[in-house]
Amino acid sequence: MNDMPKIEQATDMTDSKISANKVQVYYGDTHAIKDVDIEIQPRSVTAFIGPSGCGKSTFLRTINRMNDTIDICRVEGSIQIDGEDIYDPKVDPVQLRAKVGMVFQKPNPFPKSIYDNVAYGPRIHGLARNRAELDDIVASSLQKAGLWEEAKDRLDEPGTGMSGGQQQRLCIARAIAVSPEVILMDEPCSALDPIATAKVEELIDELRENYTIVIVTHSMQQAARVSQRTAFFHLGILVEEGPTQDIFTNPVDKRTQDYITGRFG
Amino acid sequence: MTDATLSPEGAKAPEKTSAQPRSLYATDELTKKRNASEKRFQAYGIAAIGAGLFFLVVLAYSIISEGIPAFTRTVLTVEFTVTQEQFDDAESQLFKTRAYEAVFTEAMSAQFEQKDIQVPFDIAAIERIVGKPGSTIREFYRANPDKLGQPVAFELAASSRVDGYMNGRLTRDNITDSRFLMKSDLDLVDVLVESGIIQTVFNWPFITGADSGVDNPGGAGIGASVVGSFFMMLVVLFLSLPIGVAASIYLEEFAPQNKFTDLIEVNISNLAAVPSIVFGILGLAVFIQFMHLPQSAPIVGGLVLTLMTLPTIIISTRASLKAVPPSIRDAALGVGASKMQAVFHHVLPLAMPGILTGTIIGLAQALGETAPLLLIGMVGFVARGYPDGFVSGFMDPNSAMPAQIYTWAARSDFAFYEKAWGGIIVLLIFLLSMNILAIILRRRFERRW
Repeated sequence: MNDMPKIEQATDMTDSKISANKVQVYYGDTHAIKDVDIEIQPRSVTAFIGPSGCGKSTFLRTINRMNDTIDICRVEGSIQIDGEDIYDPKVDPVQLRAKVGMVFQKPNPFPKSIYDNVAYGPRIHGLARNRAELDDIVASSLQKAGLWEEAKDRLDEPGTGMSGGQQQRLCIARAIAVSPEVILMDEPCSALDPIATAKVEELIDELRENYTIVIVTHSMQQAARVSQRTAFFHLGILVEEGPTQDIFTNPVDKRTQDYITGRFG
Repeated sequence: MTDATLSPEGAKAPEKTSAQPRSLYATDELTKKRNASEKRFQAYGIAAIGAGLFFLVVLAYSIISEGIPAFTRTVLTVEFTVTQEQFDDAESQLFKTRAYEAVFTEAMSAQFEQKDIQVPFDIAAIERIVGKPGSTIREFYRANPDKLGQPVAFELAASSRVDGYMNGRLTRDNITDSRFLMKSDLDLVDVLVESGIIQTVFNWPFITGADSGVDNPGGAGIGASVVGSFFMMLVVLFLSLPIGVAASIYLEEFAPQNKFTDLIEVNISNLAAVPSIVFGILGLAVFIQFMHLPQSAPIVGGLVLTLMTLPTIIISTRASLKAVPPSIRDAALGVGASKMQAVFHHVLPLAMPGILTGTIIGLAQALGETAPLLLIGMVGFVARGYPDGFVSGFMDPNSAMPAQIYTWAARSDFAFYEKAWGGIIVLLIFLLSMNILAIILRRRFERRW
């Protein structure tokens, strides 16, 4: 992961994994994201917080180009991952998404078996040469997602038959299975109960050792619990970004303070 | 209670109610009205369903009661022997079938004597009852000369009037003497029935046979047109399913949203509502007059019906693709599937039950379509020598079930009217089984996910 070109390392003082520069996102005529500059550190959890409609999910989806699927959506500025501009015409979004995995708000396992859910990514990317290798990938992904103990005896059962929290961890296992470097999580716990949420948060904390994680969340407690850095978005603008501790205890901007103390949002 | 009425003092009411709590036991006027209108609406619904069921029952009863006689036929079973001499003698005569009929009449008389039946009859009466048995007998011996000199049991079809007498359409009261059947012949028929020579049997030739001439309703069958319909449906299935599904997938998943695709969408919806006769005349102009495909052939009928079925399939396929939750597409794209992989691995399998149902309903519609077939000449065709040759493939002239039914209904002999109803029963059986197939496929595919 740290095999960045030498030149990049020299210019990129912060040694960041993802670096966004003056990113603008338009939905038709609506200017949804304005001038966002952010550096995201490798092997850490960065949380995006902000009121509904502030553009945090939109910005998250620009990082693996999921917004390409929306016809009227247009992105300007540059987003670099490991010093490579992901909106460069040479970049194939399919390869990008293998490197930058995503977990969605609502658990969305494929209506297939647990095994096939996890094996799908490795299969289409040709990561396993035979069934044994595929079995290994599936097992290790489920282990990393903390689902192995619950799932090992029911790999042939449909993923949709699991509980909500298990489904979300299955989706995380599915994302891990293609060996991404970055995992984007769009409010991964908003549909889960507190116990399932605690499990997923624990998992996020463990995954931080190997992956760069960006998480969008509505819960400030969650941001405080899992993230090392926090970015506060408001009305399409990145208001403030810094170490989570500082954002929650000593925010610089008045708007951040108002939001955190519950005065709006 | 009075608090809630729309009385002139209504304005004052809130003050009163705030003082004393409103009772939940007393239904106020507005709630009463709402409940009444709800009950009324339910009653309308039940009445509508009842009316629908009533008409369905009436329709089913009339179809079945009118159509059942088409599935039975009256036959004369006579066993007799034609010797080599008789055969040679008959073949040497000018009116060969006549000669065979004479042999047949002799055999009949012999059987009557044997069974001790005393009824006067002549060759003309026999002809009126059996139609013209000569050609059937002649054809049999020409095909099987080795049977000459051995006793053979012939099953000869009775004429349509006798058929009518047997199934109650004709009675002694309403029969009029004609060259087809005389009142006096009924005595003979009665005796033949008693002696077991005339029997009512299941009408296999109706299921398997081809259409007959206008003067022989007894020999008319729907089999040839079932074959024609079958070939047409093959054409429709193998053209409209891939084209329709491919077009829908492109339009739904890949095509950009712009004025041009909007125009295409509107036109597809419009095409679904175009009268079928328009497609018929289009087929006549394009496929037959311009492309010089053979007339009356299932391939042309299939092509026309494909055009007609495509919009139905496209609309239902798009609807079922749209019904697949977008989260599934996101999930697939999120792990790095290409758009095509997302569609073919995840979206299409989920949309499959809907696509299959739409396709089968489209096919069922096409199966019952008559108007375009009239224009391309798939109507009123009598297959000679069926089942050999004529209805063997896509390029040979044939008819189709609905067109065959139309032809029969238009003929003057009442027996054909019966055939038309019988044909409708056969057509409905096909449609019902297609719908059952659609339901089974739907269940199966849904259970898999």
